[in-house]
Amino acid sequence: MQAALHVQDLRKAFGGLPAANGVSLSVAPGERRLIIGPNGAGKTTLFNLITGDLVPDSGSIRLFGEEVSRLATHRRVHKGLARTFQIITLFPKDSLEHNIVLSLLGLSKARWNAFASMRDSAALYGDAQRILAVVGLEHLAKRPVAELAYGEKRRVEIAMALAQKPRVLLLDEPLAGLSREERGSVRQLIGAIPREVTVVMIEHDMDTALDMAERITVLHYGCVIVEGNRAEVVADPKTREVYLGH
Amino acid sequence: MKKKVWIFVFLTILIFLPLISGEFFVNLASQVLIFAVFAASINLLLGYGGLATLGHASYLGVAAYCSALLSLKLGLAHWATAPLALAGTTAMAALFGLIALRASGLGFLMLTLALSQVLWGTAYRWVGLTDGDNGLRGLTRPAPFGINLDDARAFYWFTLAVCAVSIWLMARFVDSPFGAALKGARDQPRRMSALGYDVWLVRWITFVYAGFWGAVAGLLFVYYHKYIHPISLSLTNSAEGLLAVIAGGSGTLAGPIAGAAIVMVLKNYVSSYIERWNMLLGFVFVLIVVFMPEGVVPGAKRIYLRCRQRFTSRT
Repeated sequence: MQAALHVQDLRKAFGGLPAANGVSLSVAPGERRLIIGPNGAGKTTLFNLITGDLVPDSGSIRLFGEEVSRLATHRRVHKGLARTFQIITLFPKDSLEHNIVLSLLGLSKARWNAFASMRDSAALYGDAQRILAVVGLEHLAKRPVAELAYGEKRRVEIAMALAQKPRVLLLDEPLAGLSREERGSVRQLIGAIPREVTVVMIEHDMDTALDMAERITVLHYGCVIVEGNRAEVVADPKTREVYLGH
Repeated sequence: MKKKVWIFVFLTILIFLPLISGEFFVNLASQVLIFAVFAASINLLLGYGGLATLGHASYLGVAAYCSALLSLKLGLAHWATAPLALAGTTAMAALFGLIALRASGLGFLMLTLALSQVLWGTAYRWVGLTDGDNGLRGLTRPAPFGINLDDARAFYWFTLAVCAVSIWLMARFVDSPFGAALKGARDQPRRMSALGYDVWLVRWITFVYAGFWGAVAGLLFVYYHKYIHPISLSLTNSAEGLLAVIAGGSGTLAGPIAGAAIVMVLKNYVSSYIERWNMLLGFVFVLIVVFMPEGVVPGAKRIYLRCRQRFTSRT
């Protein structure tokens, strides 16, 4: 079966310091993959290479068999790749629904329309309402994002990514900084993502993340050191050594 | 609705202005309107795109020079010089955009400045073409539909019509889905790329569009003065446009109009009473930045809302 995301021998160094040192991984369609590793292991760098925020020194990235490593970020998005950010990256002065509308517009040809009014985009605002309902924030649609609680902003991040109807979704620490209750709701949200969407997630909350993932990749100093299912990874002495600390 | 009423009232006042004021003030108002189009075009880049430029006088000056040269050297009529000047200047903006948008922030600012200085230097030194420091004289105003624009009032109404259409089209632009993409690229360029927007292309199109409106201001400028000098391409001219936007309120539609009025009134009216008017201009900008850092229009709105809130809480 063709992989949804296939990364082969990906390398990226910053001033001689390798952040991705020959990373290879293959994620099957619909799979839930967890990327773990200690701080500085190169997890976010790997995401940035996959999305095109960083240009790799060498290696290949294939999305459903298509080589995308030389494509600009926005072109990869149009191939079905979406992401969330570790540090929340929203439009704080704008309303929630406007944030979602921007997300919907990104894949629409209407984004080039320079003379229609945004007020005429009733269909887009209707879709935004539906997406906000999925993440349970429709009652806050008109509120500026800046007025939301941190956990609600995390849900908006995910809602924006879902609005892009991705085939492969990269979630960069979606549970970071959340309270226990907020984690529960975001976890539920991620759990409800349809199976046709492949999910690759970086997460430090091991208990939650290990429950959600089908396969796990452990990164250390920019290298994949262990890969397997939960039992295999937890049992592997290399994981215990570099990550679990015993 | 309230906004539309305000626009209607403002436009009505502007339409009837020549009937209640003398020629000097009508001419001053024409200059304010021309400068408002220029400032509004800078505002597209600065206010909505987050791109501070110090080279926008290039488009005003080149359009003015193109129109003048086509008329003087080739003897073309206004109906031909105007579209040719607009097309040529817009093409130049497209080329300059390719160069300037290779950088962002200070790099972008310096590239726009460098490109405009090249044009300014050329206008000064290529005496055979531009007559250098003497400038080009002997120009005429167009006569659309046989209306003589040499009359101050007629020219004012012509300028007002062009200005109104220009500002309206710029307003449509920033209120559109493309405008939403532009503002998004200003606030979170990385996020916008991750949402599927080609941030560079969005900025480049805006750069060209702003160049086009800068060229429109240039045509009005040369029609008004019937003369063109290299100073129209100078850094001072670009900086005054930028200051007008900042003083009036960048990222607002009324801001550049208010800013243009402040700059032109100080430059052309107050200067006849105060010898060191540049000092006063600087002082006014300092006051604006200290008391209304967001600009006169948003600042005045903030103060009005605060006063209204106090008044309603008392009653």
